[in-house]
Amino acid sequence: MDSLTKKPRLATVWLGGCSGCHMSFLDLDERLFELHRRAEICASPFTDYKDFPEVDITLVEGAVTTAEQLEEIRHVRRRTKILVSFGDCAVTGNVTAMRNFFSVDDVLDRAYRETATQIVGIPSGNPAVPRLLDRVRPVHEVVKVDYFLQGCAPSAEEIYRLLMDLLDGRTPALAGRKFGS
Amino acid sequence: MSVKTLTIDGKMVTGMAGETIFNAAWEAGIRIPRLCHVGGVSDVGACRLCLVEIEGQKKLLAACLTPVEEGMVVHTNTERLRAHRRLILELLFAERNHVCSVCVMNGQCELQDLAAEAGLDHVRLRYQFPKLGVDTSHERFGLDHNRCVLCTRCIRVCDEVEGAHTWDVSGRGARSVIIADMGEPWGQSESCTSCGKCVQVCPTGALFSKGRGVGEMRKDRRFLKYIVTAREKHQWIR
Repeated sequence: MDSLTKKPRLATVWLGGCSGCHMSFLDLDERLFELHRRAEICASPFTDYKDFPEVDITLVEGAVTTAEQLEEIRHVRRRTKILVSFGDCAVTGNVTAMRNFFSVDDVLDRAYRETATQIVGIPSGNPAVPRLLDRVRPVHEVVKVDYFLQGCAPSAEEIYRLLMDLLDGRTPALAGRKFGS
Repeated sequence: MSVKTLTIDGKMVTGMAGETIFNAAWEAGIRIPRLCHVGGVSDVGACRLCLVEIEGQKKLLAACLTPVEEGMVVHTNTERLRAHRRLILELLFAERNHVCSVCVMNGQCELQDLAAEAGLDHVRLRYQFPKLGVDTSHERFGLDHNRCVLCTRCIRVCDEVEGAHTWDVSGRGARSVIIADMGEPWGQSESCTSCGKCVQVCPTGALFSKGRGVGEMRKDRRFLKYIVTAREKHQWIR
């Protein structure tokens, strides 16, 4: 609960995903006003914040693919009451995890040497470039997840329903959702 | 032929002697989940999704392989069975690379539907990410081992309906793979008649027609019923 506005505090996080789930979130369109009336949206990929705030609900898009994201999601988990895996990359690894068929070295070689045309070479020693984990993981493999919203991407309707269920204190009705849908 | 009367999920059901619990249940409108069963070919009990509880029996039995018996009391949807089915589906998803969002069968897939029916919202097991190939050597069809659940429908329809027996299983356990002839690329198979029956019965995107994009593959099994009716009843009707 936000101390000033007395509304539940909501955040969204973007890990290893294509941002499609966030685009779907933006498809809430005019319902964003209703959402704003019901919840204090205090952190998102579009928000400038130094430290992830204490929140009631966080939607996590994307799989965990870098060491930085691993640290970030652990931090987010500590500061969030209800954590939702938001979309297939968060839930299953999805397309992001398809690099798991190859070693990290092979993946970097392909991206930064074999197919590079301008600057050829793997960026190393630069702390601004996060280190890739050996394996891309779904979010629930690294932190406890409370709810799973499948879909690539979930529709705005489903996102809205989930958020309204959570804000009304109901257990979200997520049965019958399909992976990939 | 004698008729057997039994109880399935509290409902009185009759079946012919030798008929499976699975068939008797479906005829009575009780839909037991299945992945390896397909009407018109023999059953093998490979997927274990149709496991049922029979009163007086300790073991769970595959409904597709267990004949009905007089006075049997069968339960098809207990909490224990639902837990087993969920785990079976999770094992299937974790064992190979089922990336639904980029699959030709997205939206039409039986595995995807079964997971949704079972309320499977995430897989608790660690995904294995086996490195598996895609055989696109056939002129019209492709075989994507990443999506294969080893139900063996393709093998049975090819053997029992088409009579070619192009397909078989090679290897053991999780390393099993479907092979054409003696392990040749499909396009070089001498026994394959290119009839496409295997493609149509495949429950997932493992067997597909070339040229289909994500979610564009459709499968049509009406041919199987047509052939089986023609064989058994000598009626060539659609």
